[in-house]
Amino acid sequence: MNNSVNSTDIHKAIVAEQKAQDRKKMMVNGVLLLLLLAAPFVLYPVFLMKILCFALFAVAFNLLFGFTGLLSFGHAAFLATGGYTTGYLLSNYSGLTTELGIIAGTLAATVMGTAFALLSIRRQGIYFAMVTLALAQLVFFFYVQSDFTGGEDGMHGIPRGKLLGVLDLEDNMNMYYVVLAVFIGCYLLVQRIVSSPFGQVLKAIKQNEPRAVSLGYNVDRYKILAFVISAALAGLAGSMKSVVFQLASLNDAHWHMSGEVILMTLVGGMGTLLGPVVGATFVVNVEYQLAQGPLRDWVDPILGGIFVLTVLAFRSGIVGEIQKFMKKNLG
Amino acid sequence: MSEPYVLETRNLIKEFKGFVAVNDVNLKIRQGDIHALIGPNGAGKTTVFNLLTKFLIPTRGQILYKGEDITSLKSPAIARKGIIRSFQISAVFPHMTALENIRVALQTAEGTSFSFWKSGHSLNKLNERSMELLESVGLAEYANTTTVELAYGRKRALELATTLAMEPQLLLLDEPTQGMGSEDVDRVVELVRKAAQGRTVLMVEHNLSVVSKLCDRITVLAQGAVLTEGDYQTVSADPQVREVYMGSDGSGERGVASAEDDNLEAAQ
Repeated sequence: MNNSVNSTDIHKAIVAEQKAQDRKKMMVNGVLLLLLLAAPFVLYPVFLMKILCFALFAVAFNLLFGFTGLLSFGHAAFLATGGYTTGYLLSNYSGLTTELGIIAGTLAATVMGTAFALLSIRRQGIYFAMVTLALAQLVFFFYVQSDFTGGEDGMHGIPRGKLLGVLDLEDNMNMYYVVLAVFIGCYLLVQRIVSSPFGQVLKAIKQNEPRAVSLGYNVDRYKILAFVISAALAGLAGSMKSVVFQLASLNDAHWHMSGEVILMTLVGGMGTLLGPVVGATFVVNVEYQLAQGPLRDWVDPILGGIFVLTVLAFRSGIVGEIQKFMKKNLG
Repeated sequence: MSEPYVLETRNLIKEFKGFVAVNDVNLKIRQGDIHALIGPNGAGKTTVFNLLTKFLIPTRGQILYKGEDITSLKSPAIARKGIIRSFQISAVFPHMTALENIRVALQTAEGTSFSFWKSGHSLNKLNERSMELLESVGLAEYANTTTVELAYGRKRALELATTLAMEPQLLLLDEPTQGMGSEDVDRVVELVRKAAQGRTVLMVEHNLSVVSKLCDRITVLAQGAVLTEGDYQTVSADPQVREVYMGSDGSGERGVASAEDDNLEAAQ
């Protein structure tokens, strides 16, 4: 041991580094915010809102997958439940303002998330994924059979209404900034959660669960809370999506959607904050661009190829690889 | 003293399908002792540890901690009672810094572990104590190093410091010197000796020279059952022990431990 190194000095250096990292985080957040504020003047707002909704969905999923180490294969259920609940309420109760519809959708997904978590949390790895998939399939069949969802036809013509009864959301620009505000709020919340005392325990559980148990942590309870928060945010994404597109369809409940969010998170970089945002942007763009061109029948195989390539060659995803590169070359 | 034994097992039995891993084990761990659990591979030492900390559920039998029956408690509850274990392979959180590793342990006493809305900086108040603990195992200068980058011996030292952060009353160490070169072994022996002050330690250990240096009392397990118990002199003189543990002629007393050391040194 090197006695000349004073532990107070080391500690000071650590705190200074923390502060530098906070500043870096703030800067990234600031740049991101400016870009998103300016974006609708350049790009079509509805397309941007689609990206933001999926980005929120992926951020929610990543809280569980990337930061807790739990691979849920049933997150479509929460997206759909948020969307259907909000859609149904706004369509049938004209007195309801939009934000109440969105809150109700989020709560419905939260309740469902709690039920899923209680039923699945004791399973590990692939068994956990399978239980969540099975539960999500049950939910899917419920929505197929139910009248209120419109079955295969979907739920159309959901009114956007007015926010707080004042701000007209039929205007795409207004709608965009509401979606953006919700997205930013949720993104910052997840950023906070990840670095919070709770987030530290999640990290510990992900990295060495038996050790976390031996230190006295009741790991199931932490996992359940992470699952419920993740489900709630996924539901919120679905609720907003149904308001933006005035549509809630079975697509959102299908297991395909649970797979797509895994793809977005992996391509962008699991376990990084920005990864799912980048991944969602990437996947939504690829889907959109391909659908315009002669390759429109090849969307799924091409996404599949990207998935394989990511898993084999770029395991850390886009953001993860960039971070690695910067660490290597810029110290 | 009304209760001289910190930990006691009564007729502890663990059966796996058609195989008895731990057979009718009665352990009595005295307050303040460093107590070793030794025996050949497959004797059931680690299984006993897993039973004591509820990583496995006993088939039959009782576990008493300070006279209280803790047989039905779950692992986290056992930990909160002050019985903290370490693992055979180094149990650290690899992608956290050494400082963060310690803080995860200190955090349990804070009661803010579910506070997902709190800033991470609220944990900075644990830094001072964390640095003290790191210093006590000679790791202060590695406080900001990601654990996965630490050498093996340092990981074990970090694990010990993390365990001590829990202020355990009873320390269960599963082969603390396993996989170490002789220099590291000496350091761990010193660390354990220091850690044991004011505490009770139960350790599984293969290296007999470590056992002879450290331990007040030794229990020998063979095929899941207690073979004998006593201090080092008594146990090492027992012909039965020599037979199961060191081979039939008894000349292997150093043999087992030193051969293991040599292998590991060669491997490193």
